[in-house]
Amino acid sequence: MLHQILFFFFAAACVAGALNLLFQRHPINSALSLIVVMGSLAVLYLLLGAEFVAAIQVIVYAGAIMVLFIFVIMLLNAGEEEHVGGSRVAAALGYPAVALLVGLLAWAVVRSSGSAGLTLGGFVGSTQAIGYLVFRGFLLPFEVTSVLILIAIMGAVVLARKED
Amino acid sequence: MPNGWFTFVAITTVKSAVLLGVLLTAVAYTVWLERKVIGHIQNRWGPTRVGPFGLLQPLADGVKLLLKEDISLSGVYQPLFILAPVLAVGLALTSISVIPIGESITVRGVPVQLQIADVNIALLVLLGVTSIGVYGIALAGWSSNSKYSLLGALRASAQMVSYELSLGLSLVGVLILTGSLSLREIVNHQGEWPWQWNVIAGGQLVAFFIYLTAAFAETNRIPFDLPEGETELVAGYHTEYSSMKFAMFFMAEYTNMVTVACVATTVFLGGWHGPVFGPAPVRMALPLFWFVLKVFFFLFLYIWVRATLPRFRYDQLMAFGWKVLLPLALANILITSLVVAVGT
Repeated sequence: MLHQILFFFFAAACVAGALNLLFQRHPINSALSLIVVMGSLAVLYLLLGAEFVAAIQVIVYAGAIMVLFIFVIMLLNAGEEEHVGGSRVAAALGYPAVALLVGLLAWAVVRSSGSAGLTLGGFVGSTQAIGYLVFRGFLLPFEVTSVLILIAIMGAVVLARKED
Repeated sequence: MPNGWFTFVAITTVKSAVLLGVLLTAVAYTVWLERKVIGHIQNRWGPTRVGPFGLLQPLADGVKLLLKEDISLSGVYQPLFILAPVLAVGLALTSISVIPIGESITVRGVPVQLQIADVNIALLVLLGVTSIGVYGIALAGWSSNSKYSLLGALRASAQMVSYELSLGLSLVGVLILTGSLSLREIVNHQGEWPWQWNVIAGGQLVAFFIYLTAAFAETNRIPFDLPEGETELVAGYHTEYSSMKFAMFFMAEYTNMVTVACVATTVFLGGWHGPVFGPAPVRMALPLFWFVLKVFFFLFLYIWVRATLPRFRYDQLMAFGWKVLLPLALANILITSLVVAVGT
C-alpha cells in the first residue's frame, strides 16, 4: 500500500519534472527540473529494491553530472531563452512521431514483460550482487568501458590544452 | 500489524525530534566553543557577557538573527534565493539520520536502535546527500546576482566536487575491511580499545588523514574556506543574505561539521566503542559518552586548526586535491585490498 502511494507520487513527480524541464524558459530552472527527474528515478529504483543503483543515481547523476550542468549555466550566465515560433513542418511531423514512439515503447514494454514481470522489491540490486556481476560476469565489458572513458578524458584534455 | 506500524512511526518521530534537538543545540554550542577556544588561543576571553562564561551567547545570537530585518533585494532571483538556504540546511540535517550513536536499548520491551534509519547503504546515502548539498551553495551564489556571490559559489562547488572524490575514496579502504556499507556493521567490526579501531588495526591511518583533509574542504572550513574568503570576496556565496536566511547557511555549515565528525568517529575511531567498566548505569552511559567525546575531539580539532593555519591559495587547493590526496587515496585502496587478498 505504502509502496503504491510512493510509486505513484514519485512517478508523477518524475513526469512533472520532465514536462517542466521542457516548458521552463530559463536554463537553470530546466536543469533543476532535471535534478527532480533524476531524484524521482532514484526513488523508483529504491522501490524496486535496487538500493545500490538508487544511491549511485543520486551521487553520479543528480550530484556530479548536474552540478557540472549548473556550473556551465552559471559560468556562461545564460539568460532566458527567446521563444521562436518553430516551423510548421516540424510541428506536423514532430507530434505524430512522438506519439508513435511513445506508443511503440509502451507496446514493447507491455508485450515483453507484462505488468506481472516487475514486483516491488523483487529486483536483484544489492551492492554485493552488482559487485559480482560487474567483476565476474561482465568484467571485460566493464574494463572496456573504463578504457573508453579514459580515452574520452584524454581527448578532452588534449583538446582543451592551449598550445604555447 | 497496525500496532507495529504505529510503534515504528512513533519511535522514529521521537528519535528524530530528540536527535534534531540535540543536534541543533550542539550546533549552537559549537559556535560558542569556537569563539571561546579561539579567544583563548589568541589570548582573549571570547564571549563573557551573556550568562556565566558567556554560555547564553548562542541564545542571544539566535534571537538577534531572528529579529533582524530580512532585507529583500530587487536584483535577486527570488525562488532560488529562498530555496538555497532551505536546501543547505535541510540536507545538512538529513545526513545525521543514518549515523548510529549507540547500540540498541530496550524501552518497555520494545527494542530501540540509537539511530534513526539503519540502512545497509548508509555510507552511500551520506555521500549522496553531500553531493546534493553543493546545490545549496551554488544556487545561493547564482541567484544572488552579485559578483562576489557568484565567484564564491563557483569556488565552493569546484572545491566540493574535487574533494568529494578523495572523501569517498578514503572510505573505500574501510569498506574493503568490513565488507559492508552499513555504518552499524562498520562500528561493530571494530573493538573497544583504541588499537582495535580501523585507524590503527585496519592500517587506515593514511585514509584517516585524507578523510580529515577532504572533510575540511567539504565543509568550507579554514584552511579551505576560500569560498568565503573575506579579504577578496566579502563573504562569498552568502554575501547578499541577511537575518534568518544567513543564519541558515551558518547552521548548515556547523551541522555539516558535526556530521563529518560523527562519520569520522564511526568509520575510523570505533564509533561508540571504548573501554566499558563499572556498575550497570555507568556501563549503559559509557558508550554514548565515548561517542560524544570523540565527536567533541573532532570539533575541537576543527577550531584548533582554524586558529592555527592560514588560508590556502586557490591553485594550491586544487593541486593538493587532485595531485596529492587523490593518488594517495587510490594507493590506499590498492594496498588495503592487497593486504586483504593476501590475508585471506
